[in-house]
Amino acid sequence: MNILGKTSFDFMGKRKIALVASLILVIAGFMAILAVPLGKANLGTDFAGGLVVNYRFEKPVRIEDARKALEAGGYNDADLQEFAEPNKLLVRVKRGGDVKGVEKAIGDIFTASMPENPYVIDLISEVGPTVGKKLQKDALYAIAVSMLGILIYVAWRFEFRFGVAAVIATLHDVLAVFAIFFVLDKELNLLIITALLTIAGYSLTDTVVVFDRIRENLRKGAKEELIPLINRSINEVLSRTIVTSGTTFLAVVALYVAGGEVIHDFSLALLLGIIVGTYSSIFVASPLLLIWKKKGSLIKT
Amino acid sequence: MKSIMWRSVMIVVFTAVALLLFLPSTPLSKRLPAAWVDNVPKMVLGLDLQGGMHLVLDVQQDKAVENYTQRLSGSMETSLKTKGILYTSVTRTGIDSIDVAYASEEAASAIKKLVSEEYPALSVSETKDGRIFFELKTDEIKRIKEWAATQALETIRNRIDKFGVSEPLIQRQGDNSIVVELPGLKDTERAISLIGKTAVLEFRLIDEAGDPSEAVRRGAPFGSEVVYGKNIDPATDAVTEIPYIVKKEVLLTGDLLSDARVAFDPQFNEPYVSLTFDSTGARVFARITEKNVNKRLAIMLDGNVHSAPVIREKIAGGRAQISGGFTNEEAADLAIVLRAGALPAPVTIAQNVTVGPSLGRDSIAAGINAGIVGAALVLIFMLVYYKTSGLIADVAVFLNIVMLLGVMAYFNSTLTLPGIAGIVLTIGMGVDSNVLILERIKEELKAGRTAHSAIQAGYDRAWWTVVDSHVTTLITAAVLFQFGSGPIKGFAVTLSTGIFINLFTALVGTKLAFDIQSEKFGIKKISI
Repeated sequence: MNILGKTSFDFMGKRKIALVASLILVIAGFMAILAVPLGKANLGTDFAGGLVVNYRFEKPVRIEDARKALEAGGYNDADLQEFAEPNKLLVRVKRGGDVKGVEKAIGDIFTASMPENPYVIDLISEVGPTVGKKLQKDALYAIAVSMLGILIYVAWRFEFRFGVAAVIATLHDVLAVFAIFFVLDKELNLLIITALLTIAGYSLTDTVVVFDRIRENLRKGAKEELIPLINRSINEVLSRTIVTSGTTFLAVVALYVAGGEVIHDFSLALLLGIIVGTYSSIFVASPLLLIWKKKGSLIKT
Repeated sequence: MKSIMWRSVMIVVFTAVALLLFLPSTPLSKRLPAAWVDNVPKMVLGLDLQGGMHLVLDVQQDKAVENYTQRLSGSMETSLKTKGILYTSVTRTGIDSIDVAYASEEAASAIKKLVSEEYPALSVSETKDGRIFFELKTDEIKRIKEWAATQALETIRNRIDKFGVSEPLIQRQGDNSIVVELPGLKDTERAISLIGKTAVLEFRLIDEAGDPSEAVRRGAPFGSEVVYGKNIDPATDAVTEIPYIVKKEVLLTGDLLSDARVAFDPQFNEPYVSLTFDSTGARVFARITEKNVNKRLAIMLDGNVHSAPVIREKIAGGRAQISGGFTNEEAADLAIVLRAGALPAPVTIAQNVTVGPSLGRDSIAAGINAGIVGAALVLIFMLVYYKTSGLIADVAVFLNIVMLLGVMAYFNSTLTLPGIAGIVLTIGMGVDSNVLILERIKEELKAGRTAHSAIQAGYDRAWWTVVDSHVTTLITAAVLFQFGSGPIKGFAVTLSTGIFINLFTALVGTKLAFDIQSEKFGIKKISI
């Protein structure tokens, strides 16, 4: 069975359109990163410090009622969020200072305002202000180190130019997912950073497959210009690009749909990453090779 | 031919060992023979799956240095007094300096001589305006900070042992942090107060000269300070704070306790904590009580007056009690902390992640569901798209997961929810390598090769593509392992182990299946 027969799409011909689209994504990604020091980003408590508590009530809770009760109890800075199940409620208190005992105090307010609806605490996550800064630094460091690692590996296995192109494409993917998360106002936490790094690793899988074929065709020394050669290479591996991305996509869709609330956003980031990563290996990484116009310089090894 | 035999044996053995290792970690373990289950390493469920508390505590090392300096200044003052050296005052300033005011130049050199002989931890930083400024040496500060962290770790371990939590994890992290993991814990508030309480027990005299409410406004008399005690009205539960004027001199501390137990007072029908001092403590306690009959002795815990009973007579047996408004649980916990000893410095909670048992159960169910759905989707797709070859790939992916779980059990790895996500992702990526190989074989077949040579060429040419595409993921997984903590480490472990095993099952395992098809059965056409 074949999804595609022999194809000959002119991917390189679309590279200008792709460039515009990618630039928009990348610029949006940088803006989303800038939002972090400007305090505009939706940082999770692990980065911002503060307290998150998930309450599980016996019966469904109306979020407005809970909000009113908390405001009356003096927790104006508490942020409420619902889950798919109506009996669960997330309360977030972002505070630099002491949040000790706050989960109990808030719970007492709920008990007082809804005495017929007892709760249990599903999750408490409390992070002091100093930890948040350290984790932010660690996250940036982790991204930088993995990019460097990837650059070195691809440069060693292929050529320095391939390495640079691969890393730029990878950064493009990470920034794009970052931008989409910012637009969707999704919370940025350690698990999302984990997803971004996984995307970085995974998006390269596709890029490597395409690069591998470009290199193979270059080595054959066909009398062909670089643009048609890249086009032909992409077309040759197109069906495997689609199938590999597709199977991973299927697995992650299952995580997204059935994996539960804790890893919901994590799976979403992975899903977006797979889509963007597939796009970028064709429309970002490959055109970047054209920057070094001379064909000869690409087939030295 | 021989190599087919050899490779088949290898794969069967690996699979069998993996099953042997990981089956006892599954719910099936109840039906397996005990001799098997008990003698096999098992996977550990992470706190996010089994519920429990993950705490990161920061030891306030500066406070330990400050306490040390405070004690030094007290002891220095005593020896200046006994030696008859003329000083005006000895005060601790900042966390690590002592400021001694002197009356004459003669006294100044005597003070310096005394300090250089008896207090080698101090050095003179400055002498001016009739004052000598001593400060703690840098090495000494470092030593105290290190001691504070080590001692805090010891004390916390001691308290948790006495509290009774199964399989706790308590370890140092960096210079000044302590990680505590308590799986399956229910009463987190109680645990935090038990672990986080500094528990410095002090006995000091009440300064009977002043009036407490007056002192709150005007300040305490020289040598004393205002300290508060809590009074809880048993009828209304209302808490009122009562000021006491307490002398600064500490007569006795909790260091000299040999035991602390909960006892029950039948008269007031409430629990109290009975204290037993060691022999030195008993002697000191007898002397204090003898000298201060009819005075009030404040029993202070972490800077609060707990009670201030009047000393009726000399107490010789080395026993005392702390009573007043405890619940059974509070009394029991106080006894534990006093027995385990005080923390050398206060600790603050840098991070607390507590997962309730019901969320943990939900997460396991959701994770397993997602895994099954994901695996089913991928495996069915492969079967439909690649037919027999897809089936081979499916078997390879299945073996991949079995071996991954076996390896995780062998290393007692912790399975976290992101870890389960890592396994699901491994399924998705595991078929990737098979797809690369199968597509390459298809291509070689189209180029007109025979089945046998297409298989050989397909594997040869796809080999490096498969390796390259996986190593990049491995790089990021390694970085995650280095920087991540807890659940994220779990993700990095499953992902990277999965990739390694995948390289084996895809490049060796499936090759074997194809070789059997073409060599043993002489199949000329591959179902692909």
